[in-house]
Order: sequence, then structure tokens, then C-alpha cells
Amino acid sequence: MNKVVAFLCCASTAWASEAPTDGSALKRLVHQDCGSCHGLTLKGGLGPDIRPEALQHYDAQTLSLVIMDGVEGTAMPAWRPLLTTSEIDWMVDYLLTGGE
Amino acid sequence: MQNQLRVFFLLFALSAPAAFAQATGDLGLVVERTEGSLLVVDQSDRARIGRITGLGDLSHASLVYSPDARFGYVFGRDGGLTKVDILTQSIVGRVMQAGNSIGGAISDNGRYVAVSNYEPGGVRVFDADTLELVADIPTGSKTIGLVDIPGTRFVFSLWDDGETWIVDLSDAEPEITKITGMGANPYDALVTADGRTYIAGLFGDDHLTALDLWQHKPTPTPILEGYAAGREGLPVYKMPHLEGWALAGTEFVLPAVGQHEVLWVDARDLIQTGRTKTHGQPVFAIARPDGRHVWVNFAHPLNDTIQVIDTVSKEVIHQFTPGPGVLHMEFTPRGHEVWVSVRDAGKIMIYDTQNFEKLREIEALNPSGIFFTNRAHKMGL
Repeated sequence: MNKVVAFLCCASTAWASEAPTDGSALKRLVHQDCGSCHGLTLKGGLGPDIRPEALQHYDAQTLSLVIMDGVEGTAMPAWRPLLTTSEIDWMVDYLLTGGE
Repeated sequence: MQNQLRVFFLLFALSAPAAFAQATGDLGLVVERTEGSLLVVDQSDRARIGRITGLGDLSHASLVYSPDARFGYVFGRDGGLTKVDILTQSIVGRVMQAGNSIGGAISDNGRYVAVSNYEPGGVRVFDADTLELVADIPTGSKTIGLVDIPGTRFVFSLWDDGETWIVDLSDAEPEITKITGMGANPYDALVTADGRTYIAGLFGDDHLTALDLWQHKPTPTPILEGYAAGREGLPVYKMPHLEGWALAGTEFVLPAVGQHEVLWVDARDLIQTGRTKTHGQPVFAIARPDGRHVWVNFAHPLNDTIQVIDTVSKEVIHQFTPGPGVLHMEFTPRGHEVWVSVRDAGKIMIYDTQNFEKLREIEALNPSGIFFTNRAHKMGL
């Protein structure tokens, strides 16, 4: 029985990491890895404040381009090589709404 | 009166042995970045011996030690400067000194703690005993690469303006020397253990810049000019760190920016002596204390791996994957073991540095920086 449970756990983990939008993994990525420059709470660091109230001048499409292609002449890199379009869509929604 | 005395003696009896029976020379602190806490660890026992909580936002937190290696000064991202007592495992002082900070340093005499701030940009200096503000040095720019040098001086650089400032606190009024023309967007800097050479890494230029702090008015000297010329710059998902232990034997080993390699420079004439291809964008390149090996970790998404480079052959001699999110490595003072924080595994892993065997795992909550108390006695750390 334990083996079955272990198998199911593995199976669901594998499925989750391959699913197009794994919210909890993306949320962790935003806070832990975007957080390298923008701070764990996203209030800014070497990079600017990216909390929802600081991003209100962006529409979703512009913000997704910023994430995809980075910002020339700044330290913001292009995330296109690492993230799918649907992952970036999820991230844009999360950043603009704060996950509300 | 007698009761008061009794209480006093009782307190003394309870607290004194705990405080004085434990030496601090082989202890350390590990930052738990999301929890706002520190683990107190014992190198010899390879164990955690306590936790200090309530330090606020510790993402990108670092710390320095008092000269007696009893107190740690913790620099939090939220602008908090917290003084902790390792022996009693408690917070003994805390000030919110800015909105957004990046690191700090303690003066050679142990009297001043300086904090490098992003918001408002500048450096603030505090009394190490009381945490009272001693000097406020606004810069109008994010400040990075703050280090201590002899003569009760601090050195730091301005991300936005490409300047390096030297602040002398040996007299009543701080004396500031400004050096312009360091290059575009210095992201971090290091000073050698003798306090002579300051090297700033640049995000916006294809070189690094060195200063000889023994000169009366140091002149910026570009080093490793054009190290990435003609090659496509790869995205940088995490800025590298520069620290004083980049010196391996007679050469510095430095992380390239936007290239998957480390660069070697002769420590005397600052001429390039080699490059080593690495697994990813290096974050830390840290020489083992004897200088024979250099351990390198990497930026997201290749941050599950460590490579070990032999400093004689400059070749990678060992590569392994401790786990997801390798953020920091700290050698024991003589380098026989190394502690590695593996954030996403929630563990600190301890390795033998001769045979690379894993010796112990310690549970920790999103661990990042590991700081052993021997840093108390080293410049620039």
C-alpha cells in the first residue's frame, strides 16, 4: 500500500512539473528568483519595485513582452529561453493582481 | 534587599555558565531568508544548536561579526540592522535604518558598522555598541560593494554613477574621497585580505576595474578589458558576487558576467592569465582557504550544481549536484570542510573538501548565506 502511495506521489509531482502552468512553482520562481533583483517581497532591490501597485501603468501585453525579452540597457534579462508563453501569462496575471 | 540579592545570584547562576562555557571560534550563523531567522551552527559538531527569530526580510541578507566573535550584525533587505548575541542566541539591538539595504561592513577597530543602502541610496554608519547613527552619507545612487579597509575606513561604489567612495572615520568628521570613472553599473566589489586592491565588477562594461588603495589618490585601472568581446552576452538571471577570497595562490579568480566562465588574473600586475569554461553563469567563485581549489556555483536555472576547479591546471576536476537552489558555500577556516546551502531542498550540506564525500545534512528553512565566526578577523568580509 505504501508503495502505491509513493508511486502516486511521484506521478503527481512529475505531472505537476510538466504542466503548462504550475502556479505554486511559478509563484516560488517569482519570489525566489525574480526576487534575486526585485527582492523576496518584490518591493525592489537592484531592480525596481514590481508589486501590483507599482505595475499599474503596464497592460498585460506590455508586461509579458518585458518578461519575455528583457529591457535593453538594464539588468533585466530575457526569460523567453526559460519560460513558456502560458507560464509568462500566469506570471503577468500574478504580478498585476498580486494573486488576488 | 536580601530577596533582590537572591534573585540576582539566581539569575547569575542561571545565565553565566551558559554564556561563558561556550567559545564562539567554531560557531556560525546561517540565514533563513524567507523566515527572517538565523540558525546558530557549530562547525566541529556539524550541527545546528539554535535559532534566532524576528529579523524581518532576510532576502539577500549578509552579516559581519564583532571583533570578539560574540555578536553578529545582520543586514536585512528591509533596511533592518539587527545585532544578535550568538551565545544567548537572541536579538540584542535592532534599528530600521533605511527602506532597502544590500549589505554592510564593520570597521577595523570594531567601533562602527556601516550599511549599504539602495533606498535611500547611500551609506549609514552606526555605533557597534548602541546602534546609534554616527554618520549619514547620502549618494543619490544605489550603493554596492561596501568593504572595510585599514585606518577605520570604508570603501563602496555607486551603481548608478560608476563612482567609488572612500570614507575615513578616524577623525570626528568623516572625510570622503570620491573616485570617478570606475565604469558603468558596478554590481559588486571585493577588497583583498591586505586591504590594498579593490576590484569592482561591472554590469554595464566589458571589463572590471581595480583600484590600488595604497595610492594617495587611487586611479581606476580597467582589468580583463573586452573579456566578452565578439561573443553574445548570455542572459544574467542572477548577479555574481565578488568577495575577498577570490585570491587563489597568486591569481584572482573572478566570475564573468553574461558568459559561462571564470576569469583568472595575476594578482600583481592584473594581467589575464586564463579562463575556465563553467557549467553556467557563475555566482560565487570561492577559493578554498589554501587556494588549491576554487568552488563555483551558478545562477538560475543551473543553480543545482557545483564545480570544483584546480588552480594549478585551471581545469574542472569535480562536478556534482547537491540539489536545487545552491545559494552559498562557506569553508571552515582551514578549509577541510565546506558547508553548502541548498535552498529548495531545505538543507545545509557539509562536504569533505579532499574527497568530496558528503558528511552531514542539516535541516534549514530556505537557507542562504552561511557565515562562520572566523570572518570576525578578516578584512573585507
